Amino acid sequence: MNSFLSIEKLTQRFPDGAGDELTVFEDASFGVEKGEFVVILGHSGCGKSTIMNILAGLAEPTSGVVKMDGELVRGPSLDRGVVFQNYSLLPWLTTLKNVTFGVQARYPDWSKAKVIAHATEFLAMVGLEGDVIRRKPSQLSGGMRQRVSIARAFANHPKLLLLDEPFGALDALTRGTIQDELLKIWGQMEQTVFMITHDIDEAILLADRILLMTNGPFARVAESVEITIPRPRNRTEIIEHPNYYAIRNHLVQFLGKRSKELSGQPSTPGETNRPTQVRIDKTIPADDPEDQQPALRAVNS
Amino acid sequence: MGTLSENKRAALLSILLLFVGLLVWEMSIPAQKAVGELTEYELLTGGGQPKAGVPPPSQVFAKAWEQLSDPFYDAGPNDKGIGIQIGYSIYRVLTGYLLAALIAIPLGFLIGMSSVAYKALNPFIQVLRPISPLAWMPLALFIIQDSEASAIFVIFICSIWPMLINTAFGVAAVREDWVNVARTHELGSIKTAFTVILPAAAPTIVTGMRISIGIAWLVIVAAEMLVGGTGIGYYVWNEWNNLDLTSVIFSILMIGVVGMLLDAAFGFLQRRVTYIE
Repeated sequence: MNSFLSIEKLTQRFPDGAGDELTVFEDASFGVEKGEFVVILGHSGCGKSTIMNILAGLAEPTSGVVKMDGELVRGPSLDRGVVFQNYSLLPWLTTLKNVTFGVQARYPDWSKAKVIAHATEFLAMVGLEGDVIRRKPSQLSGGMRQRVSIARAFANHPKLLLLDEPFGALDALTRGTIQDELLKIWGQMEQTVFMITHDIDEAILLADRILLMTNGPFARVAESVEITIPRPRNRTEIIEHPNYYAIRNHLVQFLGKRSKELSGQPSTPGETNRPTQVRIDKTIPADDPEDQQPALRAVNS
Repeated sequence: MGTLSENKRAALLSILLLFVGLLVWEMSIPAQKAVGELTEYELLTGGGQPKAGVPPPSQVFAKAWEQLSDPFYDAGPNDKGIGIQIGYSIYRVLTGYLLAALIAIPLGFLIGMSSVAYKALNPFIQVLRPISPLAWMPLALFIIQDSEASAIFVIFICSIWPMLINTAFGVAAVREDWVNVARTHELGSIKTAFTVILPAAAPTIVTGMRISIGIAWLVIVAAEMLVGGTGIGYYVWNEWNNLDLTSVIFSILMIGVVGMLLDAAFGFLQRRVTYIE
């Protein structure tokens, strides 16, 4: 219960325009540990982005609380960095200035030279060096823009990094390279990351744990699937791992079928509503011969 | 011709049009007959007197040369150089314009940021905006009791609206993502206004300022015809009273040139603040 980031009984209702209320999600509760990379997967409309905005402090939930490091999250903060899907770079600033903008806000007493050196270092970490950093965002490709946005977020050393479908607008090849950049920079920083995505393979590649959401309305975080593939991971090697397809199939099954079946049920009062912990590991030989076949073991917390 | 760039071809065409236009103008003005060619009847009916007519371009050029070679002479209240007259007009335009900017831009920020302020002030703006600036003149003269200040007031009132409306619109249309960037970086409201909202809205604000300076320059000529004394508008009217059409045409051209320069200055500023998304 004492996670680094704990989301407790989060509920979001919007007026549905016909005088009634639409419950997007209800009593969502889950935790994220320090240094963990957690990905949330779900169909559009299940309120993933709303959860993200609440975590960022940009939106207020109807009820429920978010606590980080034991403190209540109220309003946006430099402790929670956000990478938006549409990059959200300031188009009148150069690439470098877009990053120094954030660094200056985070470390107001740093000297100008130190701010520039720090920003340049983080841009180099995502592969942006030399002349490129003096260009305006409009002169960069979509992939490069998202790199700048990632560099801006990491350079600020936030306690929690929120990624809102960061690769959603990129083509598959660019997406792959930037995922690698993200893994590399994350490996160096031990940053706690919470990310939204639609892409199952991306989720398996990046995450320590995947939270699965049922469809809205009354969406909830139904399962928490541990990714039992050792790091460092590499997109060409993980598919060889015995757990890869087992996990992937489980996720596909959930998103394709069970997310629909589980949706639309208002939560029963009194229940904790925490996600079911799922651990799929085919590398551990089962002791009991009867357990040989079902590799899927549901462990309720 | 195929080897010339588009700009060069356009420049050639411009020069050609200018020459043809000036030639047609020059030819269409009948020359005054010399006294010796006149019949006795024509002489008796005053045909020998110089006739008032639209001057040919050659005379306008001669006038322009004469005026521009000594633009700042001052030979009494009714005889000042074109430079002095234009200087007075620019002074009035800039004073009224800067006063308007000082009010319109902060107020536009407020209206753009708060929908309550927008809804509360919008009816007043909509009623005051379509009023011809010259309609304020009698009231201004009565209240201010000074023709100089009244002219400045008229410039102020005509240039405030485009700046106010464009600032409000530009500020209201700043993308929420950029404001969210400011929020997630814990920028205070003053810092957000200067580092995010102002640069984001700057192209729209400068467009409003450019429209305003254009209107102000249009209005100053009319205002100076009314208040008199100095300025390019007064000069035009004074030369009309003198029936010196050459000076009238020359000053019309000067009004155009100065207006173009003012607009070009704001065009330059606009290019500086424009960004590509």
